[in-house]
Amino acid sequence: MKYQLEIQNITKSYGNLKANDEISLNIKPASIHALLGENGAGKSTLVKVIYGSLQPDSGQMQWCGEGYSPKSPFDAREQGIAMVFQHFSLFDSLTVAENIILGLDDISLDTDFTEQITKYSKQYGLDINPQQVVGDLSVGARQRVEIIRCLMQNPKLLIMDEPTSVLTPQEVTDLFITLRKLAEDGCAILYISHKLEEVRQICTQATILRGGKLVQNCNPQDYNKQELAEMMIGKKLIQLARSNITTGQDIFSINNLGRKSEDIFGVDLHDISLTIKKGSIVGIAGVAGNGQDELMELLIGEVEAPAESLVFKDEDIGRLNSHQRRQLSMFFIPEERLGHGAVPDMGLHENMLLSRPQQSEMTNYGVINWQNVEKLTQQVIDDFKVQTQSSKMLAKSLSGGNLQKFMVGRELIQNPELLIVSQPTWGVDAGSENNIHQSLIALADQGSAILIISQDLDEILTLCEQIHVLSEGSLSAAVDMKDNGLAKISNLMVGSEKQ
Amino acid sequence: MIRLIPRAQPSKAMIFLSPLLALTLTAVTAFFIFAFILTDIKVSSVFYTLFVEPLIDTYYISELLVKAAPLIMIALGLSIGFRAGVWNIGAEGQYVIGGITGGAVGLYFYNVEGFWLIPLMSLAAILGGMFYAGIAAFLKNKYQVNEILVTLMLTYVAVLFLSAMLQGPMRNPSGFNFPESRPFHDGALLPIIWQGTRLNVGLIIAVILSFVTWLGIKKHLSGLQIKITGSAPRAAKFAGFDDKKTIWFALLISGGVAGLAGLFEVIGPAGQITPGLPQFYGFTAIIVAFMSRLHPIAIIFSALLIALTYIGGENVQIYFNLPSSITNIFQGMLLFYFLACDVLIQYKIVFIKTIRQKL
Repeated sequence: MKYQLEIQNITKSYGNLKANDEISLNIKPASIHALLGENGAGKSTLVKVIYGSLQPDSGQMQWCGEGYSPKSPFDAREQGIAMVFQHFSLFDSLTVAENIILGLDDISLDTDFTEQITKYSKQYGLDINPQQVVGDLSVGARQRVEIIRCLMQNPKLLIMDEPTSVLTPQEVTDLFITLRKLAEDGCAILYISHKLEEVRQICTQATILRGGKLVQNCNPQDYNKQELAEMMIGKKLIQLARSNITTGQDIFSINNLGRKSEDIFGVDLHDISLTIKKGSIVGIAGVAGNGQDELMELLIGEVEAPAESLVFKDEDIGRLNSHQRRQLSMFFIPEERLGHGAVPDMGLHENMLLSRPQQSEMTNYGVINWQNVEKLTQQVIDDFKVQTQSSKMLAKSLSGGNLQKFMVGRELIQNPELLIVSQPTWGVDAGSENNIHQSLIALADQGSAILIISQDLDEILTLCEQIHVLSEGSLSAAVDMKDNGLAKISNLMVGSEKQ
Repeated sequence: MIRLIPRAQPSKAMIFLSPLLALTLTAVTAFFIFAFILTDIKVSSVFYTLFVEPLIDTYYISELLVKAAPLIMIALGLSIGFRAGVWNIGAEGQYVIGGITGGAVGLYFYNVEGFWLIPLMSLAAILGGMFYAGIAAFLKNKYQVNEILVTLMLTYVAVLFLSAMLQGPMRNPSGFNFPESRPFHDGALLPIIWQGTRLNVGLIIAVILSFVTWLGIKKHLSGLQIKITGSAPRAAKFAGFDDKKTIWFALLISGGVAGLAGLFEVIGPAGQITPGLPQFYGFTAIIVAFMSRLHPIAIIFSALLIALTYIGGENVQIYFNLPSSITNIFQGMLLFYFLACDVLIQYKIVFIKTIRQKL
């Protein structure tokens, strides 16, 4: 058997849209094979075809050299194909063992599941306690539960959808050890990702898709990150670099800010302090759920803070609401697009008015000048290359990347002196990510200050001169990036080193 | 398998077609109900009495408009609250209180003439309604008490308060102890705009209010504020809109307008304050508001439609001895079909082949 899975000329259309157009690829046994592509490139469709949840319009597949056309995921699992989804399907109130048993197609009750779980856990370095309740587990541990669940079926091919998007650097390293071991033991892995550095590290084969078409089957280690990204998006990426980092005096500071969370699942913030200078980009790294949302609410002004705990341009602004803060030239981009930064059921032009100056060409004593609002919306759409049919399209009808570009544009068009942004490129494709990063750098080059809260460490390392880490509601001092800064950040992220 | 797929943009055609579709479905369903329950009466003659007669007879037309006016006013106020996600269910109570406070001013100035009298009574009615709805706003903002419960329960308090007032201080001194107020003197009654009928200027004011509300929602930030607070509370906070102010605003407006409608009833068709003041307008207006998709101009039409079910329903009671629930059945069906058909504005129906799922 030369290949574990051969895919020949798979085509799948939705209406006029060809989501997969004549795609072919071969996965070798015991290899780690990357499936690369932007959002909408056709990765999900192809995986669904392999996993049996979609049937292709044309094309064939061979599994272990024999014809393979699964009618449902059940067929796929029977053949030995398992999948770890990006969004886990685990019950919080059940234990690890119970969750694993629930996921199995055939259960023979005499099997000792605990023993089997422990076996896999030891064999592949998947540290897990079968009796623990899933609700208490970290995201990384939940992923390990999902992986063990798949391993129980003795798969020959394991499909992993964006597995590292939620993990800390240390967890990523651990995951890679597991994956390499699995491959050594004969299980092929189809690794879906858009994180190119990871793909180059772990994968020996890669299939790159773009707009539903196959771009290339290649070895990712033969190319550098830039080249892979350009194959993925089909055009040249602009190299990101600050042209002049000239930081001026302090413009914004957080002073001993604390907050008791009202939500039982919330995180308390302890004594957070931070200073930002004009013209600098400051990053707050950290794993999700360590107080980012709570901090962002205070920074935007959705929740009141003690007046002097937030100081902008020598003015105490803790008690001001978001609209009042904007009048001082502070602008915000929240992480959640639909329902927070934009109203899903309203047009872009109406969403434009969420963030607005007190008096402007858009409104005059509360009376809205729709003509000007639409003009300005159109300007944002043009300047930031938002793909939309018109300025009146509902926010929810835009793709995540496009809506993000609109939200970034809406704030940048106001020329903020301070921009506070959470997860600026969350769920955004590589081309848009590049655009957004460029805009942020351009803003800082003009002398504005930017605060970025992001889980994407690559993003923070690329953009920020000053990096802090948020862990369990406490903010570290700025990390000195000289001698092994990355290791320091990684330690701070998991909370093993307090500064 | 039938599936609803979201449209990228709301369908313009469906905005107009869906009410027609809903009306057709209501008529078809009604036809089957009547065909099923009526034995010796022709379905067509019931339909004629229900829907056609009220529209060709001048008396019925005027009564239709008389009934529509308070429905328009109350529904307008409610629609503002509903847009903001503030559920004032007790407009009936605010309507009664407005009738009492406004009417009290009229009775105090009994037989006093003056151009200022009706405006002063109106002011008292609006303030009365605002106060009554304001209780719910205060409790909600201060103690997070659910406004649905507060407004609904206060309705019963208002009705009892009305009967206490009519048994006591407001009772007509020369009214043979009937629990009714004095009939208002002419200077305190709303001018009639269609001679020989009971139709008064209330209708004109209701229509003007519709247009004012429409302009406000379309052109002013407060309209946007209300809409955003209702559909995406976190986005409202992001925009810096104060949700407490929105709650006050929504309840005070809807309470004030309902109060005014109550006064217009006592100094309009009723001519005095009677225990019959509460006529469920406050509740029916909820149906009116939702049938119109909370659109201020559309409220005029849905109020007329609901008024038609009232008049037609009364007529079939009289002519065919059918139960009064006919009116309720129609109002229920109309709302049901209107809401159901409105799904087609945002979604389209797609037929797809089923995918075999084996477990």
